[in-house]
Amino acid sequence: MSTATRQRKRRPRGKNQRRETLAAFAFLSPWIIGFLVLTAGPMIISLVLSFTNYDGLQETRGVGWDNYEKLLSDPKVRKSLSNTLIYAVMIVPSTMIVSLALASMLSRIGRRSAGVFRTLFYLPEVTPKVAIGVLFLLLFNGQVGMVNWALGLVGIDGPQWSTDEAWVKPGLVLMNLWSVGGTVVIYLAALNNVPRDLYEAADLDGVSRWQRFRHVTVPMISGALFFTLIIQTISALQTFDEAYAAFYGSAASASYSSEAALFYLIYLFQQAFQFLHMGYASAMAWLLFVIIMIITAIQVKVSKRFVYYEGGDR
Amino acid sequence: MSTRYARTVAVAAIGLLVLSGCGGVGGDDQPTEGEAVTLTTLGFGVDDEIASVRVDLANEAIAPSTVKIGGNAFDAQQFLSAVASGTAPDLIFIDRQLLGTYAARGTIEPLDSCVEKEQINLDQYRDPALEEVTLDGKLYGLPEFYNNRVMMINDDAVASAGLTADDLDPSDRDGLAAATTKLTKRNGADLARIGFDPKIPEFLPMWAKANGVDMISADGKTANLDDPKLVAVLEYAVGMIDAQGGWGSFKAFRDSFDFFGEKNQFATDQLAAFPMEDWYLNVLGEVSPDLKLTVKPFTDQNGDPIDWVTGSAWAVPAGGKNKDLACQWIKTMSDADSWIAAAEARAEKREAEGLAFTGVYTGNEVADEKIFGEIVDLSDTPVYEDAVNGVLEAQESAFSMPASPAGSEFKAAWEGAVNRVLSGQQSPADAMAQAQQEAQTALDNAAAGN
Repeated sequence: MSTATRQRKRRPRGKNQRRETLAAFAFLSPWIIGFLVLTAGPMIISLVLSFTNYDGLQETRGVGWDNYEKLLSDPKVRKSLSNTLIYAVMIVPSTMIVSLALASMLSRIGRRSAGVFRTLFYLPEVTPKVAIGVLFLLLFNGQVGMVNWALGLVGIDGPQWSTDEAWVKPGLVLMNLWSVGGTVVIYLAALNNVPRDLYEAADLDGVSRWQRFRHVTVPMISGALFFTLIIQTISALQTFDEAYAAFYGSAASASYSSEAALFYLIYLFQQAFQFLHMGYASAMAWLLFVIIMIITAIQVKVSKRFVYYEGGDR
Repeated sequence: MSTRYARTVAVAAIGLLVLSGCGGVGGDDQPTEGEAVTLTTLGFGVDDEIASVRVDLANEAIAPSTVKIGGNAFDAQQFLSAVASGTAPDLIFIDRQLLGTYAARGTIEPLDSCVEKEQINLDQYRDPALEEVTLDGKLYGLPEFYNNRVMMINDDAVASAGLTADDLDPSDRDGLAAATTKLTKRNGADLARIGFDPKIPEFLPMWAKANGVDMISADGKTANLDDPKLVAVLEYAVGMIDAQGGWGSFKAFRDSFDFFGEKNQFATDQLAAFPMEDWYLNVLGEVSPDLKLTVKPFTDQNGDPIDWVTGSAWAVPAGGKNKDLACQWIKTMSDADSWIAAAEARAEKREAEGLAFTGVYTGNEVADEKIFGEIVDLSDTPVYEDAVNGVLEAQESAFSMPASPAGSEFKAAWEGAVNRVLSGQQSPADAMAQAQQEAQTALDNAAAGN
């Protein structure tokens, strides 16, 4: 095709394209404005504040890298970060395994019943996190809680979930498994999309159920697994509501707070709104942002080896 | 960039600015003489007649202006957002222990000129309450309630162990520990009755005082948390909990109490004794009027009564726009006549309900004299009459923690230390040494304006 012909063809297409681009931006503008005003703007401001002694009340002055240097020497930053990472390591695989098990069961039952169960599983997802925190204290009370009562029925002397440092995080993990409905729904959709002929081919090859699951189901839903891995990891690293409600939400509970439940965002919140060190809290927020970015980048890198995208090049 | 693009961006930017401008930062118009304005509050709720009667009187004092009551507990996040956006409330109702933190940052208006202009009689307020709201010699708040801490003893539980209330004597540490062991009841591995709850960490300042230690200096700037005498008394208090099965089961059992209900821990024989705040008498008077209870002052090692008092205060934010009216309003709210009117309303209500009125403990001494001298009549309920007398006796030996520029961090430091000891993470000495370092760093930073 000659250059002249190409130009003739490109001109009207370019005009259309520009118009379409403008229209796209117009439709996207509510989100773009929201993102700039409510997300990007505050992020940039918090980055600036992280280099100041801002407390929202007094005159603000720059402190250079002081807040970041203090982060490195603050034992409570280390403690809260390690609590958060341990919690993430416990809750993310637990959520994925339980959700996958529930989704697998749901995918085997009739469509009408599946709808009912899907709703039932999803219901706890809409329960306020604060309510879950309060419920935690009731259900996991070491002496009169329902969990230890149930364990007692099978001869197990349950631990002191809310006071024993070693059991606080496992207790919170168990409590949070109650609200896996969102992940179940994602897995269920992924399972329903696995081509039946792959299972038939596997059956013809005489594979066991476990092999079928391991070599057909998991690869075919690996995209969904990867998506939830990322989302659950970020969510776990930002955990706040339930633990705060249970251990820090009132003056009385704060007096008896357990350091095992001092998650990073709780400590950040304390620094910002209890101790009025907002500059320092901003630095903490940026440290968490960097950590999340690094973990996500590692997950994306690793996923290239394990995640199968139908029609994709990976 | 094409002209059309530039125009679009400019229009969008102007639109955003206009939208932002509509976001609600109020004007800073000062009301003119006689103009009716509506003052805003934070941290206060009109939950009962003690509040509503005084609010009505205070509103009369600033008529035709009025006050819009907002919310319940003081919310630091809400307050900071309001201050930062230039819409500070006109009044805040705040825990006196936290007031110093905000005062040191210049967020709270000193009330000295308010006191002078409105001729507020400071002599009517109790000294320990005033000390809590005074920082660097300046008054930052007018005290409200006055929470006394006294020993509350379940007579039936004590009698069932062959003891008397006198056996629970904080000045006799060995005797108290022995009585605690006797009073503790178990049902297999589970606790069935706590013998004595030392109420730590929250009552640590009282235990410290009982051992002759002030946890912070009078000017609120020097922590004294690693004092060996404080470490020793913490060890003692934790030892009592350990003797009753350890923190885990102790707290789990305590968390199961129906604290505000008819099946409360005294009524159900789940607790023999604890130091507690006076307001709990009102609860017990309502839900367990027939309870056999002994109330007496907590004592130091010499047997002298001590009473750690706390409470709330009214303060005027520096960014408030109606400071004169706010001053008039809080003067009336904390005035003796207002408290008396509120107490009369409560007494009438209680009488109509057939319940005992055990009084209101205020930071206003003049009001208390009238309330407990003339309004409170517990002759029909001698148990509660004796209990109230126990509180009044304790009041004579009250002390408070002085205002501190880092009140929140100071409290978090010592509470965290006690929790680490209770959970077995640290020894009392190590925990208090860490707390001392954390608290002093916070106090130094606050003093330096950081």
